[in-house]
Amino acid sequence: MAKVEQRRGLSDEALREFFREMLLIRRFEEKVEERFRAGELPGFLHVAIGQEAVAVGVCRALADGDVIASTHRAHGHTLAKGTHPNELMAELYGKLEGCSHGYGGSMHLYDVERGNLGANAVVGGGLPAIVGAALAFKFRGEPRVAVAFFGDGATNIGTFHESLNLAQLWGVPAVFVCEDNHWAESTPESQHSPIRDLSKRAEAFGMKSMKVDGQDVEEVNKVTARALKHARDGKGPVFLLCETQRLVGHYIGDPQVYRDKDELRRLQETSDPIELVREKLGLSDAEYEALDREVQELVDSSVDFAKAGTDPKPEDALKNVYA
Amino acid sequence: MPELSYREAVRDALSQAMRNDEDVFIMGEDIAEMGGSMGVTQGMLEEFGPDRVRNTPISEMAIVGSGIGAAIQGMRPVVEVMYEDFLTISMEQIVNQAAKHRYMSGGQLKVPLTIRTQGGAGWSPGAQHAQQVEAWFVGVPGLKVVFASTPSDVRGLLWSAIYDDNPVIFFEHRTLYGLKEELAEEIEPIPIGQARVHRQGEDVTVVATGRLVHEALAAAEEAGQQGVSVEVVDPRTLQPLDEDAIVASVKKTNRCVVAHEAVTRMGFGAEVAAVVQHQAFDWLDAPVERVGAKFTPLPFAPVMEEYVVPHATDVLEAIQKTVQRDGSS
Repeated sequence: MAKVEQRRGLSDEALREFFREMLLIRRFEEKVEERFRAGELPGFLHVAIGQEAVAVGVCRALADGDVIASTHRAHGHTLAKGTHPNELMAELYGKLEGCSHGYGGSMHLYDVERGNLGANAVVGGGLPAIVGAALAFKFRGEPRVAVAFFGDGATNIGTFHESLNLAQLWGVPAVFVCEDNHWAESTPESQHSPIRDLSKRAEAFGMKSMKVDGQDVEEVNKVTARALKHARDGKGPVFLLCETQRLVGHYIGDPQVYRDKDELRRLQETSDPIELVREKLGLSDAEYEALDREVQELVDSSVDFAKAGTDPKPEDALKNVYA
Repeated sequence: MPELSYREAVRDALSQAMRNDEDVFIMGEDIAEMGGSMGVTQGMLEEFGPDRVRNTPISEMAIVGSGIGAAIQGMRPVVEVMYEDFLTISMEQIVNQAAKHRYMSGGQLKVPLTIRTQGGAGWSPGAQHAQQVEAWFVGVPGLKVVFASTPSDVRGLLWSAIYDDNPVIFFEHRTLYGLKEELAEEIEPIPIGQARVHRQGEDVTVVATGRLVHEALAAAEEAGQQGVSVEVVDPRTLQPLDEDAIVASVKKTNRCVVAHEAVTRMGFGAEVAAVVQHQAFDWLDAPVERVGAKFTPLPFAPVMEEYVVPHATDVLEAIQKTVQRDGSS
């Protein structure tokens, strides 16, 4: 049975570092929205404002050598896994200095050296490869874990069920992190899933499941560490259900006509994970502002870096098709 | 030299690679105790054990997708999709994931995955266990596509596929598994992207794949008795395609027939015809003739199935059309 895990404190210093990283992700995504609306960023973009605690809590629990697969809402995961904001912003501007060298864009962020095996624009598309990566770790006896991020919407697609079944069957070291923000694009969970508790889906495969308040970065980190240990110790995969909130639209510019505006405002006031850590840390205004200035400067300089970056030559499009 | 069947040649390539390299393993439905639905992997469980000869659930997306993940981590998995028809189920993982990871990552990843599959008519399995879909994958940048027609080719090409750093869709033809050939014990790898000229000729080039290579060779014999000299070229790999070999042959013979078991419409032969007309237009004495299946799903009743897919007589008829065109035969 899944159960809500009990609290155990992190040091203030560690929590402060988590806070700083969450704030960096928030300011980064706000900047992305601003630059997108200014017409500087091609393609289309999904931000994860409201879900920062999951990205930071999970990625900060990973060991060197652990790998992740991300989703279309990938900026937070990518920054939290260690990609520099400059390289991420450069990718969004389509520059060679970008983390996917301009071949990927927001929905295909890779940073293989840092264990990011790629953000996937096909819902559920990255899950099977995480099983395979974990199988390779098991084959080689390496103490590494492969982690898949995905949303509640992905629990309805076949790859989710095939991947969880195979992972549990073979006992591979994988952790399946479900960011349950209760929306599949514009479709509420009530219209896409007949059950509310999605961990039941993992339990149906006999998989160990854990549940956590995804707005509480300290809790996410602690429960993830437990999930990773389970997987790393060879006890099999874990399904980690993070209850979170998408405090914005599906994509930048989404008018959210499908969403109750009062409820959204209420969530923004009560469930902002950054405000929750700020309160917990008891930061003074001066301390907060100093941190905020620091991350804002990083974000601003990432835009400068990206704009000064190298445009690919059109014919660079012909490279990297084959190894 | 030992005589190996096409089936044994596939098994030999897999086994030698697995003896040679711990990173190579195989997985798929019913491949362990049962030895695969076509018996290709028989005996391999005993030699290599259940970790490296992995039976899987009926989960084509996870079979291919977990192969991708293991390949990204530097292993060289060979996954078996039991019938070509079931590639449809794993299509997303093949087309959106395996084929694109390297590109989307700007060259950071490679996916050395081999996907073995088989199909082919001639035994009345009906519409969902025999169609030939190789052409679908030729249009996907990032994939390589191999279709071998003889024991020596299937062994040498499978070896190259396993050691290729790209995803390779490896097609085998069901009716060729019993075909035998004397082969040296040591595998001679065959480069991916190199056609094979099976038979030299002067008057007509037949570019054929899979089972139709053998139908073309039979047709060529028959045509020879009628005084028409036929060259038979098997591209063996459809992507990359050895255009030079095909074009050189057509420039010599001035006539071209393309032949495969898949439907003619949008078949691989359409691409070959385009290459030939573009690169050898001034050498052609007749339109390129296409031989393929009629545009239906595969029917069950043997008499209908035989009617739908092409045979040596269809290739011969196409050959005759090209030579009658200018009356030079």
